[in-house]
Formats: sequence, structure tokens, C-alpha cells
Amino acid sequence: MRLRLVPKETAWDFFGKTKISIGFSSILIVASIAFFLIQGLNFGIDFRGGTTIRTESAQTVVVGDYRDAIAPLGLGDVSITEVFDPTFEEDQNVTMIRIQAQEGQESVTVDVVDSVNAALLQVAPDITFVSVESVGPKVSGELIQTAVIAVLLAIGAVLIYIWLRFEWQFAVGAVAALVHDVILTIGIFSVLQIKFDLAIIAALLTIVGYSLNDTVVVFDRVRENLRRYKKRDLQEVLNLSINETLSRTVMTSVTTLLALLALFVLGGDVIRGFVFAMIWGVIVGTYSSVFVASTALLKLGVKRDWSKPDNNSGNQFANVDA
Amino acid sequence: MLQIALWKRVLIWSVCALGLLLALPNAFYPRVEAYNDATASIEAGFSGNGLEEQAAMWPSVLPSSLVNLGLDLRGGAHLLAEVQVEDVYETRIKSLWPDVRNLLREERATVGTIRLQPSDPTELRVKISKPEAIQQAVTIVRSLAQPVVSLTGAGSTDLVVSAEDDTIVVTLSEAEKLATDERTVQQSLEIIRRRIDEVGTREPTIQRQGADRILIQVPGIGSASELKAIIGTTAQLTFNPVVGRASDANAPAGAGNEVVPSLDEEGVYYILESAHVVSGEELVDAQPSFDQNGRPAVSFRFNPSGARAFGDYTADNIGSPFAIVLDSEVISAPVIQSHIPGGSGIITGNFSVEESTNLAVLLRAGALPAGLEFLEERTIGPELGQDSIEAGRIACLVAFGAVLIFMFLSYGTFGVFANIALIINVGLIFGLLSLIGATLTLPGIAGIVLTIGMAVDANVLVFERIKEELKSKKGVARAIDLGYEKALSAIIDANITTFITAVILFAMGSGPVRGFAITLGAGIMTSVFTAIFVTRLMVVIWYERRRPKTLEV
Repeated sequence: MRLRLVPKETAWDFFGKTKISIGFSSILIVASIAFFLIQGLNFGIDFRGGTTIRTESAQTVVVGDYRDAIAPLGLGDVSITEVFDPTFEEDQNVTMIRIQAQEGQESVTVDVVDSVNAALLQVAPDITFVSVESVGPKVSGELIQTAVIAVLLAIGAVLIYIWLRFEWQFAVGAVAALVHDVILTIGIFSVLQIKFDLAIIAALLTIVGYSLNDTVVVFDRVRENLRRYKKRDLQEVLNLSINETLSRTVMTSVTTLLALLALFVLGGDVIRGFVFAMIWGVIVGTYSSVFVASTALLKLGVKRDWSKPDNNSGNQFANVDA
Repeated sequence: MLQIALWKRVLIWSVCALGLLLALPNAFYPRVEAYNDATASIEAGFSGNGLEEQAAMWPSVLPSSLVNLGLDLRGGAHLLAEVQVEDVYETRIKSLWPDVRNLLREERATVGTIRLQPSDPTELRVKISKPEAIQQAVTIVRSLAQPVVSLTGAGSTDLVVSAEDDTIVVTLSEAEKLATDERTVQQSLEIIRRRIDEVGTREPTIQRQGADRILIQVPGIGSASELKAIIGTTAQLTFNPVVGRASDANAPAGAGNEVVPSLDEEGVYYILESAHVVSGEELVDAQPSFDQNGRPAVSFRFNPSGARAFGDYTADNIGSPFAIVLDSEVISAPVIQSHIPGGSGIITGNFSVEESTNLAVLLRAGALPAGLEFLEERTIGPELGQDSIEAGRIACLVAFGAVLIFMFLSYGTFGVFANIALIINVGLIFGLLSLIGATLTLPGIAGIVLTIGMAVDANVLVFERIKEELKSKKGVARAIDLGYEKALSAIIDANITTFITAVILFAMGSGPVRGFAITLGAGIMTSVFTAIFVTRLMVVIWYERRRPKTLEV
């Protein structure tokens, strides 16, 4: 007896209620953008500049005491958070201390770290700084810029590849799904205020890759079926293609999620945000390749019969892929 | 049909074997690392201390390259420094003054008396008392200009000399600035490398980034501050004529002079001529030593041109004080007792033995031509790195196990094939990473875990396709064949698009992001290889043995 996640034969209608899926996605997108605009992102020092110090001590952490110890140093905005993680030992108490970028200095000076260390030693005599990271404002600005360019480049490159391999409608569909996924991921980061740093950009681009992977497999089948069933209408062909590839889509998403969940639970707190972004991306990417990409393709229509004159001739889509 | 030529089979298995062989050293990481370090030391001419024993711990016929562990896994310090290239313009301009003065003095009859005007440090302003001769003066000064030696600056000269009424203005030309920037960064890179090598840590990464930045990563060092202390000191040594002493930093110095504080005497300032007689760049050697009173000092020797300048100056100025300046502080200002020929001397000051040793190292490695500004610094403690590796390893194993079980439950025998391919796949990733000497970072581990999840995708595509073909009542052999054939385009398209994003990540990213892109890219290549060659070969072999009439995938 084999494990089956999807029935042997499916003939589900994915487009009967496109209004619901479009509405659902639109609401999520609007909500994501709204959250991003109102609440913004919890940028890490990679993007904001400043210093983070990770401390470890055998004693229980009282954040208030830490704050009182550091306050007299006059370092401006200092945030102290205790980190909890199931992978920590009993006597491993970890905090993250974030200090804003200091006026007129690119990176942290030795004195600042030393003075923070000295101040904290009063409160917790065995405290150690397991990591100190400092990014100057000059670099952090550039990092944001590079990150945005990287995401846009990736989307652009993929658009071109799919356009060359398929037709422009497919490329638009795939990119619609991509943009959808990226916006939703940024949205969840804004809602949950998870630290948004350089690694998250890597996660975002992976989501771009994963979502595409899924979308391309569906589109590949659509292309094949379009050739085979010349007379059926597009909606039927799309539905058939999604049903045919559904068990693969679910299988792959599940194996990937299994692996990511292992990393999420056991991988430690340092990369948890990063892994969370990928898990979210896999779920959203799977959804979007079925509902967003294909729906976009359905709305755009695909030229089926190359012997007849172009349906689009005379409107704004004429000669678009000539 | 289901036939694969013998040579292809041999080739496929050889690639797998080779990949696994390359990956093998990573399974014995500490041992191979000790072996590598030991053989490197033996080659460098060291022996003893159990080095031979360590070198015998790993058979030398086996490959010994390892995946580099990134700083986030190993612990260490990371610095991104920006070279203040403008510093060099000022030094260049400053050092022009004696030459300009000497040239114009010879022509005193035509240009009159000359005076250095206070100005922006990036330009030299010289006022002459006979404004009508300004054109002649400009021509004279212009004769100092040299052609710029660089590809882009070909045909231009290094100085721009112009006249403003009765004042000659000398600045560096744009082409010369570009060429200087290039030289400054190269030189800084070289000096940083030498200094870090002197300290002797393992495998530091010292790379140029962009036009004027240098990335320094040193594994195993305690903190970025330590690293900064080694490379951040400029160690700019100069010998300047002393004009006078003052007791406050704002004492009027006069044009062409500067006020420099004393290193060990509080509240003492020296007024020095800005243009130096000799600089540390002309040093050929510096050693810690002791002066006649038995106090720590540094002895040094100049190259011939430095020795000549030093000799001439000491001969002409017996009885005057002479300042030894290190990084804009006067170490000492002894009075010249006699002519010092031969170009060697001794720097005394209030040093401890440790300080004099450090100073000797810095002087020997050479001065940084310009200051460094640190834009980014990260220190990762070794314990944190160890924790991350441990967590990553466990997560990988669990992910691996979960996917293996899941695939077996879903596809039975074929699932086993996919699983063997997956194991080979992970081996190949490590083999490939070791081969290209890539660096494994924490996000890189995440990349591998993600690949474990996604690697089965190509197999799933094929298996699902075979299922479909079986539904349409095709024979077993035909179904398998068609399954592979028809799934191919989806596999290729899907993986190329992901590969594109990996390439972009690699090109645009830095540090951990790059590490992630490398493992992701390597994972895509190996998973496509295992899916379309390795599992296929296994399925074919299985089919040839069993000849099943029916098939359940």
C-alpha cells in the first residue's frame, strides 16, 4: 500500500471560482502592502547600520538590569532582547543587544564594545560576547540597493527565459506569480516583525526560484496539452494540466517542507527567520503556481492555431512577440 | 528504448565514484585538516612537534581538499575596510614643495621671492613677488610633471599647474588620481596581507572589493578589534626637520610647517617642516634592539637613495634636532651629533620590549599608504560557530531521514532508487564544493537542506509521468522510457530557472548570501545529473534483471 497524498485521478475544477482565488490573493497583497507601509520592516543591521552584540551568560537574564547598565554610556537607541530557543542548554542564556549607528563613525569602535562589556560584567560577571557585528551606514545603504537590484534582476532574467522557451503570456503569468509571492513574503515579515537582513534576500530569491520551478512544470504540461488537444478550450486544458501535475506538485512541496521543517525546528535560532521565509515561500509558491500563474495565463489567453490570422491583430497586443 | 551503452554506464558510475571520493575527506574533517596543516608546515621546512605523525593520519593517495567553513561556522573576524585614497594626494602634494622651492630659487632673478601659501591640502599654492613672470614660473614648475603610467591615463601628465594672478597652483591631474588610487589600493592589499602573514593565522581571505575596498576575513582570530590593531595602524614613519617646539596644538606654525604632538611627553608639541627628508617607504629592514642604555629600541636600515638623503641631511645639519615621526606623533627628536653615513640608525623612545617588537613588524611590513576606514566588522565566537555546525548537522540528518522515508512510502522500489540517488547527490554536492574550494556558511547549510527537499523533484516528475503512461495501458518498458523522455523538458526548464536565480545571487550577493548561492547552484547541477542519469541507470538495471510484466510506481 503506497502513501498517497492526492487521489489517483483528480478532475478538480480550479477555475470555476477564479473570483474567489483572485479576491483572496488581492486581499492578501493589499494587506501586505498596507502592513509594509504602516509598520515597515524590522530591518537588521545589514540594512540599517549599527551594531549587534550577542551575549551569553549562565545566569538568567534580566533585561531591565542590562538596560540600566548600558544606559549611562549614552549610546542612543539600544534595544535588548532575550533569545529563547529549544536548542539552548539549560545554563545558556542568550540576549541580542542592538546599538544604533554612532554619529560620525562607520563601524563600531573598540572602546564602545569594551565599555558595553565592562558595564555588563557588573550585572552578569560571566557574560561573554559570542558575536559582535557592526555595519556602517555607508555599506548598509548599498546593501539595500544591491538587494533590490538582485531581486529585480532575477525576476527580469526569468521573464526573458520563459518568454524565449514558451510564449509571452506564460512569462507574464509566471512573473505575476513571482511578484505575488515576493509581496506576500515581505508582508508576513512586516506582520510578524521578523528581522529582515541580508540572508532574507537569499531566501526571497530562493522563493523566486522555487515558485518558478513549480510554475514552469505546470506550464510545461499546459504547452504539451495545448498541442495535443487543439480543439478544447483553454480553461479545460489548463484544468487538465494542473490536475495531471497535481500529485507531483504536492509531493515536491511536501518533501521540501519536510526538509525545511527539520531545519526550522533543529537548526538553531540564528537561521530561523531565514528558514521561516523559505517555508512560507514554498507554501505561497505552490499556491501561486496553481492559482495565480494559471489564472493570469487564462485571462491573457494563448494563441492556439498558428495557421489562422492573429486574434490580437489590431489591438494593443498585436506583434508583441513578432 | 531501455538500453544504455556500457561505456555510458561506466562513465556514470565513475562520475559518482569520483564525486564521492572527493567528498570523503569531509567525513573526517578534523583529521584531514590536521593532515593538511601538517603537510603544509613540512613543505615549508618545519619538522618535529608531532608533525610527521599528523601527516601520517591521512593516506596521501586520497584527495585531501575540504569544504572551507565560513566564519559563521568556524568563528573568526571579518572586516570590510575602505582605503582613504585621498590621503595619498595630500602626501604627494606635500612632498612636492621642496622640489618646487629649489627649482624656483634658481630662477630668483626672474620670478622674485617665493612664498608657500596656506591652502587646501590637495593643492599647492606658491606666491611669487614678480607677478609679470608668472607664465615663466608656471613653465618651470610644469617641468616637474611626469607622464602618467597607466592604460587609461596614457598621454597625460601627473600634475596640473595653473596660474592665479601671482600665485602658482599645483594639483594632481584626474588621470594621475585614478592611477594613484589603483596603486594605493594594490599597495594596501599587499601590506595587509604581509602583516597578517607575519602574525601567522590560517587561510585568511584578503580580497579587493570594488574600487577602493578591501575585505579581510581571518578565521580563528578572537575579535575584529584584534585584527584591526594588526592592520589598522598606518605605521607611517618619517624623519622631518624640526623648526621649533611649542606648548599647544594651535601654535602658529607658518606655511609648509605643521604642529605634531609628542608621543610620550604630555603637552609638548613640535613644529616640523611638513616635507619629510626620508620616509619609511625607503626602509629595507627594521629589527627590535636595545639602545646604549639598554632600553628597547628599533634599529633600521635604509635603501641606497634613502641612505643618501639621510646621510646628506645629517651632514648638513649637525647640531639641529631631527624628529622621528610615526603616524603623526613625534617618537623622539634627537639632536644630530654627527654625519650618519651608511643609512642605518636606531629609533629610541619610551618603548616596552613588546612595543618595539610590534613597531619593527609594522615597519618591516611597510606602511599603509593611506588610512583605512572600517565599514563593516563582524566577530563570530568559535562556540557560536560550533553550535551552528552541530544544529545544522542534526537538521540535515533529520531532513535527510524524513525525505528518505517519505519517498520510500510513496514510491516503493522506485523510491529506493530515488533515495540512493539522493544520497549520491549529497555526496556529489560536497565533492563539488571541495573541488572548487567553496566556503560553506550557515545559509549554505540551509541551501543543502533545501536541495535535499527539492532534489527529489526531478525524480518525482519522472515517476509521476511513468504512472500516467502506465494508465494508458502501455507496456512497462515503454512507460518507463516515455516517462523519462517526456519529463525531461519540464526538468530542464524548471532547473534552469532556479539556476538563473542562483547565479544572480552569487553575482550580486556577498558573504553568507554567496555561500547559499553556491550550494544551491551545486545542488541543482548534481540533482539534475542524478535524476536523469543515475536513477535512470538504476531503473534500467533493475528492469533488465526482473523483466516485470506489471509495474506499480
